[in-house]
Amino acid sequence: MLTYIIRKSFMAVPILIGIATITFLLNFVFVPGDPVRIAMGNHGDPATIEMIREEMGLNDPLYIQYGRFVGNIFRGDLGISYTTRRPVFEMIMERLPATAMLAVSSMVIAILLGVTAGIISAIKPNSILDYLFMTGAMIGVSMPVYWLGLILIVIFAVNLNVLPVGGYGTFAHLVLPAIALGVRQAAHIARMTRSSMLEVIDKDYIKTARAKGLSEKVVVIKHALRNALIPVITVIGTQLGYLLGGTVLTEVTFSWPGVGRMAIDAVNRRDFPLIQGTVLFLAAIFIVVNLLVDLSYGVLDPRIRYD
Amino acid sequence: MSSVNTEIEENINLPEAKVESPWKDAWRRLKKNKMAMIGLVIMVAVVIVAVFAPFIAPHDPFYSPVMEDGRTELSLIGPTWNYPFGTDRLGRDLFSRVVYGTRISLMVGIITQMIALSIGIPLGALAGYYGGWVDEIISYLINVFLAFPFILFAIAIMSVFQDPGIDKVFIALGIISWPGLARIVRGQVMALKEEEYIEAAKSLGANDARIIFLHVIPNCLAPIIVTVTLGVAGAILAEAGLSFLGLGAQPPTPSWGLMLSTGRAYLRSNPYMMWFPGLAIMITILGLNLFGDGLRDVLDPKMKD
Amino acid sequence: MSEKILEVNNLKTHFFINKGVVKAVDGVSFSINKGETLGIVGESGSGKSVTSSSVMRLIPTPPGKIVDGEILFKGENILNKSMDEFRKIRGNEIAMIFQEPMTSLNPVYTIGDQIAEAIQLHQGLDKKEALKKAVGMLEKVGIPAPEDRVHEHPHQLSGGMRQRVMIAMALSCNPELLIADEPTTALDVTIQAQILELMRELRDEFNTAIMLITHDLGVIAEVADKVAVMYGGRVVEQTDVKTLFKNPKHPYTAGLINSIPTLEGDSGRLEPIEGNVPDPFSFPEGCKFANRCPFATDECMTKEPQLEKAEKGHDVRCHRWENLDLKK
Repeated sequence: MLTYIIRKSFMAVPILIGIATITFLLNFVFVPGDPVRIAMGNHGDPATIEMIREEMGLNDPLYIQYGRFVGNIFRGDLGISYTTRRPVFEMIMERLPATAMLAVSSMVIAILLGVTAGIISAIKPNSILDYLFMTGAMIGVSMPVYWLGLILIVIFAVNLNVLPVGGYGTFAHLVLPAIALGVRQAAHIARMTRSSMLEVIDKDYIKTARAKGLSEKVVVIKHALRNALIPVITVIGTQLGYLLGGTVLTEVTFSWPGVGRMAIDAVNRRDFPLIQGTVLFLAAIFIVVNLLVDLSYGVLDPRIRYD
Repeated sequence: MSSVNTEIEENINLPEAKVESPWKDAWRRLKKNKMAMIGLVIMVAVVIVAVFAPFIAPHDPFYSPVMEDGRTELSLIGPTWNYPFGTDRLGRDLFSRVVYGTRISLMVGIITQMIALSIGIPLGALAGYYGGWVDEIISYLINVFLAFPFILFAIAIMSVFQDPGIDKVFIALGIISWPGLARIVRGQVMALKEEEYIEAAKSLGANDARIIFLHVIPNCLAPIIVTVTLGVAGAILAEAGLSFLGLGAQPPTPSWGLMLSTGRAYLRSNPYMMWFPGLAIMITILGLNLFGDGLRDVLDPKMKD
Repeated sequence: MSEKILEVNNLKTHFFINKGVVKAVDGVSFSINKGETLGIVGESGSGKSVTSSSVMRLIPTPPGKIVDGEILFKGENILNKSMDEFRKIRGNEIAMIFQEPMTSLNPVYTIGDQIAEAIQLHQGLDKKEALKKAVGMLEKVGIPAPEDRVHEHPHQLSGGMRQRVMIAMALSCNPELLIADEPTTALDVTIQAQILELMRELRDEFNTAIMLITHDLGVIAEVADKVAVMYGGRVVEQTDVKTLFKNPKHPYTAGLINSIPTLEGDSGRLEPIEGNVPDPFSFPEGCKFANRCPFATDECMTKEPQLEKAEKGHDVRCHRWENLDLKK
């Protein structure tokens, strides 16, 4: 088990370096012109610009910059923001709690809603509830998160006036963004849970469980769901990529002060180290969580541990 | 000599004989799939709207009566018979803009997938065919690209451009959409490489590119079609998202995402501005998803992800 | 000795599918006495597995439904019991083992947990005691190092071992009736013999009645006391095992006996029955076997024969049984 964890973790490192390389290339090689000048706009005087360039090592040869960049990443150093002159990592850490709160609560909503709907659909396939849930899920996966966000704002904040339009601070602020972000994931999870449950419920070991005299509830929850969840976990993992992208859109929609919104502000201010840092950071989270998902297989599916 | 080879090659060209009846069979089963047929109808309708946009749209989508003729009374009016989806601040007809937006979205979907195909197929074929270090490098690239969250990747690329726009969106989404296709082609090539008829074709001196396009591509057409259909949906969603964030299409392009971004400022006074572009996105994506899912079930029940 | 543990009367289990009604089991009757082994033999599609699933009430509904008949277990009709009531019997007094040992155990739980589950449920033992009993059961079914094996997962065991686990699980609550649905079909020949030997031993030790479903008359010859031969959802011949092999009266039975490979390798005698079991909608109107029967007459094609008493304890469903000499 331990070697499995270690092997899997080592496999993530080159992927992370690959992503770092791509962001490095994007921001330091493909950006036309001098990024510092672009970031400072027209009002930067040449001496200051030169000073910043020197300070940030932008005058060194590219391969040295690249080596330093990758090396720094593994020490948690994502560079200095052009606009605030503060360490990017520090800025991300300030914004991280808001993003984490949004992502985690939407995931909780998604799992609760999705797994429940999926089980109910699978137990009574082609029933009215099944059609209702699956139509809802199909619409859910087809809806842009920010549009759902806008709809929720119009209904609950503008018309009913029960929840805030946007912002951050209280539980009330969290409700709409978490739902907007969670629905799409819930829809994916519901669809996967249903098909996975339908597949599992026909297996021989379910017949064995019934033949033991177990109640249908125990058969479904203990014997079927536990097996059906294994592929669902994969979906949750891959959906996390969409979730992180969705976080950016949701944060902008609801003026939620998280990492995603900071990234978009950085793009608008052309603060390249900050863009690069946030993108890299979010991508790293994606990789780490997928690693955790991989490892959770070992817990859920005993067959994997010994492979 | 070469004509003899071609003849023999045609005689041993088993997969083509195999391919035909499964397609007919697939279509028959697809016709029975209600959801997929609804999806197909939606897709056809969307294409019709895009093609015949000038005949469907009652107004010029770019014409601003407020700016050009000073008719401020046409600014921000709610849905009426003349302006079914209402107008924006510049007095432009939102219905016409949504209709023309169909063209933008379809273009995004098609062009990005064409770019993705023209990168993904050759790379996948190279990796599968030559194996070794070529495969190592390409597989590594595929893994890195797939590990990069899609929208974030798109944002990272769009941030490089000083003047974003819809043309840049094509490029950005195109160059990040290929890994799925490459993976499919790679796997298929590897599986087929050892098959007898490929060996035979090789021994007859058919060149590699010919083998790949004549024997390999037809064999993985099914998963490619499914991936491309769902890829079109993904690209349309991503473009709308980028434009919503201000990083994609720029005014006055009638992009649905951009219209939603504008509508966001009028949620209190003119909520209709955000209903229709969003609905347009949802219906289009729904059609593609329904059709893509149905296609996947019919063509390759094992392919789930 | 002749106390009836199970009596099935006129059982009809039908499946309602788009194409029509499949009468998988259509008027089947038999009984099993305490400690006795009844073999039910037939090709696939004969309705033998549906019969056993009906007794366990494991028929998927819809599309399947027991439309008529009664299943008396110790004199009580289990079909009249609520599902909750029946669950107290299922896995406890009636247990079942299945054909596919490779897939019949839940891959995510240890075999100990899976055996203990039934013990906890029906005997009210706590987890620790139940696991202890599971170890005992594993030992009984001949699994080496049972204290270690209880903590292993199914994928760590071979097919034969898994079937032993299934048997241990089924017998863990000392059932009075064990239903074994093709318990050896998926196993190697040597393992098959071991499992059959094990079942015989355990039957003698626990005095469990066994309902053995198989397509293989060889298996029947090894363990069964009585035999019911099924074809097309009906019992076509029913008698004790010795009589069946010595004096088969139904042409189908005779065909099955002739198609048993013998050890002498006398392949000349190997005569498989012509043709296949027809699909459920294409059975002949009269005798279901008529289209494959070498002795079929016009009457056989149009009129369905009844199950008749040929001699004491020997029933046969054939118009011509009196005129045929099928003895070896």
